[in-house]
Amino acid sequence: MYLGRVVGCVWCTVKHPHLVGQRLLVVQPLSPELEVKGQRIVCADCTGAGTGELVYWVRGKEASFPFLPQEPPVDTTVVGIVDSVHLKRTVAPMPQRTHSRKPSRKS
Amino acid sequence: MILARVVGTVVATRKDPRLEGKKLLILKPISPEGNDEPGYVVSVDTVGAGFRERVIAVSGSSARMAEGCKDTPVDNAIVGIVDEVHLD
Repeated sequence: MYLGRVVGCVWCTVKHPHLVGQRLLVVQPLSPELEVKGQRIVCADCTGAGTGELVYWVRGKEASFPFLPQEPPVDTTVVGIVDSVHLKRTVAPMPQRTHSRKPSRKS
Repeated sequence: MILARVVGTVVATRKDPRLEGKKLLILKPISPEGNDEPGYVVSVDTVGAGFRERVIAVSGSSARMAEGCKDTPVDNAIVGIVDEVHLD
């Protein structure tokens, strides 16, 4: 799942029958620091998110799961509206584990 | 899903039998403003898109859920023709 911001929407008249009635949003992917990251994409929406809202979205086959039992051909779907993001900016690295290696046996 | 513009067609005589009768189009990804973005994709058309039309295309296994693409070796499909993109 990735963070993004809704920046617009797309209208289509001719589309797959399973996409009829679906809202299609233009989403700008964001990094956890909420900085712009990558190209804008078109997402289906199962939350009712509006323009300017911070959302999270899924990619891949799982993007069609919110619409089960229908399986619309979507590969990105907005699945949640973000209230807040808590991020610790500096994370200490994992302590290195020191292995005590056994001396190699020589036959 | 990405926004793209139809820029060409692909003709293939020898291909997987499950792809027979499917229209293959070359898509150029575009930004919502309509500017070209790098790269090209070959996509199966399921909606009857034409040359220079703006479309939305799905990639990955979701493409197989498009009309008539079930159990076919397809990883990119056009699923809609764009009328309008509204940016706020």
